[in-house]
Amino acid sequence: MSELIDSLQPRFEGLEPRPSSDHPAMQCPVGLLLPLIECLRDEFSYSLLCDVTAIDWEEESPRFSVVYHLYSVKEGRYVRIVTNCEDDENPSVPSIVALYPGANWHERETFDMFGIRFEGHPDLKRILMWDGYPYYPLRKEFPLAGIETELPDAEIAEETKAKVLPAPMMGGPFVAADGSPMSKSEPRAKDQSWTEWKKKEALGGNDLDK
Amino acid sequence: METQESQVGYNSKVEGDVIVTKVDAVINWVRKNSVWPMPMGLACCAIEMMGVAASRFDISRFGMEVMRFSPRQSDCMIVAGTVTYKMAPVVRRIYDQMADPKWVVAMGACASTGGMYRSYATLQGVDRIVPVDVYVSGCPPRPEALLDAMMKLQKKIEREPSFKSLNKETEEKRIWA
Repeated sequence: MSELIDSLQPRFEGLEPRPSSDHPAMQCPVGLLLPLIECLRDEFSYSLLCDVTAIDWEEESPRFSVVYHLYSVKEGRYVRIVTNCEDDENPSVPSIVALYPGANWHERETFDMFGIRFEGHPDLKRILMWDGYPYYPLRKEFPLAGIETELPDAEIAEETKAKVLPAPMMGGPFVAADGSPMSKSEPRAKDQSWTEWKKKEALGGNDLDK
Repeated sequence: METQESQVGYNSKVEGDVIVTKVDAVINWVRKNSVWPMPMGLACCAIEMMGVAASRFDISRFGMEVMRFSPRQSDCMIVAGTVTYKMAPVVRRIYDQMADPKWVVAMGACASTGGMYRSYATLQGVDRIVPVDVYVSGCPPRPEALLDAMMKLQKKIEREPSFKSLNKETEEKRIWA
């Protein structure tokens, strides 16, 4: 399937094949993203946008990559396009809503979870978390348990004195076990109860820290 | 309605049958046998709740078949499912809109404690937002478990002072203390 990439490379300078275990994948310079996807849609019959998501590489630079999966209904095959965001602090890529209207909510979700701005999106706002939530939960530095913050509704927060609190990790979270391929290991509760161990002072001597 | 016929109806033979009892007993007997649930269906527990309402389990045996989707007409909120932080204020607001006296059943692991969702997005138990009367274990609970919880709630209603809602202020303080 590298024929596809071979035939595209002369037309799109900087387009590189990308290691992949399943479908043809290519690394695309951010400036060529829109013409490349338009070309794949119109000339190679990739008529269906399956997914838009992102990767956070944590320490590396460029830190954020945006991933697109296209599907050709006519020929029954997929292609994967990856592009890097130039800015690590305020990452952004051009929006493809004009090419695939279905990208609208995908891009909103990616913005919500990673904080990547899609330039030219008609209505870029959070879709899963509430408006005004201060963090991007799928970034690497964000802990699974969450960070303390206010409830979305100030009136209810005042009434109940409830807050958004980090979830307890006793007996959890449910993740695949370390050391084996995820396809072979059952997701199980990864016990992090040591984070919540406290000395039982009232009883005296029953010290869980030992 | 004061029609001529109803006047006649009231006057016939009723005077002979006199029952003496406590006000609490009568009011609570009425309340417990016509609980109108507010189905707060948020996840898969709601499917089991539908099963409870259908013919095999038949919640109407306990006088609770009138599921109202308006908080103004119901007095028992069944929180069936995962409560996210985004949804939590909505749940509380609907609870506030219900008329007193009112009760809350936390159905399933998620509504009771957050369940398997130990994450940044999930409220770790609906009792952080509303006062819960009965917790139901299970993921999701069988319909029998919900029926059992509703019978427990009936027993609870039976025992409580029927004018407790007049002391709502102190009641709230006790719960949030």
